[in-house]
Amino acid sequence: MLIPCPHCGPRDLSEFSYQGDATRTRPDPASTDMKAWHDYVYNRPNPAGPHREYWQHAGGCRTHLLVTRDTLTHEVQAVAFARAALNDGAGKP
Amino acid sequence: MAEYSALSLLKNALTGNRDWKPAWRKPEPRPSYDVIIIGGGGHGLATAYYLAKEHGITNVAVLEKGWLGSGNIGRNTTIVRSNYLLPESVRFYDFSVKLWENLSHELNYNVMFSQRGILNLAHSPSQADDYIRRGNAMLHGGGDGVWLTPAEIARKVPGVDLSRSARFPVIGGLLQPRAGTARHDAVAWGYARAADRRGVDIVENCEVTGFLRDGEKIVGVATTRGEIRARKVAVAVAGSTSRLMGMAGIDRFPIESHVLQAFVSEAIKPFVDCVVTFGGGHLYMSQSDKGGLVFGGDLDGYNSYAQRGNLPLVEEVMGEMVAMFPAVARLRLLRSWGGIMDMSMDGSPIIAKGPLPGMYLNCGWCYGGFKATPASGFSFAWTIAKDEPHAVNAPFTLSRFERGAVIDEKGQGPTPKLH
Repeated sequence: MLIPCPHCGPRDLSEFSYQGDATRTRPDPASTDMKAWHDYVYNRPNPAGPHREYWQHAGGCRTHLLVTRDTLTHEVQAVAFARAALNDGAGKP
Repeated sequence: MAEYSALSLLKNALTGNRDWKPAWRKPEPRPSYDVIIIGGGGHGLATAYYLAKEHGITNVAVLEKGWLGSGNIGRNTTIVRSNYLLPESVRFYDFSVKLWENLSHELNYNVMFSQRGILNLAHSPSQADDYIRRGNAMLHGGGDGVWLTPAEIARKVPGVDLSRSARFPVIGGLLQPRAGTARHDAVAWGYARAADRRGVDIVENCEVTGFLRDGEKIVGVATTRGEIRARKVAVAVAGSTSRLMGMAGIDRFPIESHVLQAFVSEAIKPFVDCVVTFGGGHLYMSQSDKGGLVFGGDLDGYNSYAQRGNLPLVEEVMGEMVAMFPAVARLRLLRSWGGIMDMSMDGSPIIAKGPLPGMYLNCGWCYGGFKATPASGFSFAWTIAKDEPHAVNAPFTLSRFERGAVIDEKGQGPTPKLH
């Protein structure tokens, strides 16, 4: 599996560190809504198909990436910088 | 009824083995059952068997989307053990080992359960302390555990690199003598045959495509072979749990599906006669009766439904294998494969009623499902039949995540790839 890092180009899986589901939204830290916290901490959509997830290019430029990858085929469909995606709202579910 | 015995083997040998009956029927699904079990893997088949045997519920269908043994029951590294730390786990898995000890006899099917022991190698004083603590927890819970010194390990497993110059020198090991291996296909076939003999319909090539509802209540399933109704619908589908839950309208669940790879080498002469695990990384290996070394390591580490993994993990596992057993460095791999693990948020399973009325759930096995097969089937059948959990599965609820009552053996927290 190769992940095309926007900085470094297509690089081997072994250079990347997986950081999981990117569609989770953390409740306001002041929130005491137990249901919302439980959902954030423990529940995942876990789709069979396109999955939005964070990776870090830990063995390269160390940038955090937002990757869309098909969990049925491992095909990487889109890669963006996580910070930019979050800032323009694209990182939200 | 084709009972297996020395006499029947001899009789059939004399007649050219032409008169053996199929081990289970191939019935057409009926329109309705008392219980439908989705998933014809080890756990689903064991559940059907114990429903029939322990509770007299025989109007049962097991629906399997492929063929029996095509999922994780035929993809694991066949290890059976109960060397756990937490009391809930010790109780559950020790109960399972006890069922394993009588399984071939009970099923009249040789599952080749071999109590050859499992040895966890420790490589640092803190790891040794941790293992000894776990060994004491096992003894405390009524199980068995023995601490071995390097000299004792050298006698038991001569192939292990015990030199001081090893990258991770071995300073001792925790042995569970009652642990061992079993032939995984035989477990599926044995349970299937025993359940079939008691009247359970095992329906292969029958994929569930949706649930039939009466309001909130689950009253059956839609399948590729038509609709089937049931009073109770049990789900035991391992890595596909989230997909099934999605069909029931539950789109968020405390499970992630991950790929785990396993490997077998070419056959060699007897080399190691127990299961050995490497504590400098994550590796477990044993030698099959055919002579191949059967082994596996960590998950690939990313969500996957692909039943195949990538090369970095293969390299890592081989590196660990050679670190532990330098003599196998030039051995060739025969096969490698992957299975989809239902990784739960605390590393422990869920065997419970729910989450919807009429539904029963068995999932979250991470990569420890094989050894649990008998206890899982036994306690799941109990839960289905009596609408309340058996003592051994009572802690393994779905609601434990909301209540903060997680059973986290490794203390890793809700990051499934680390369990």
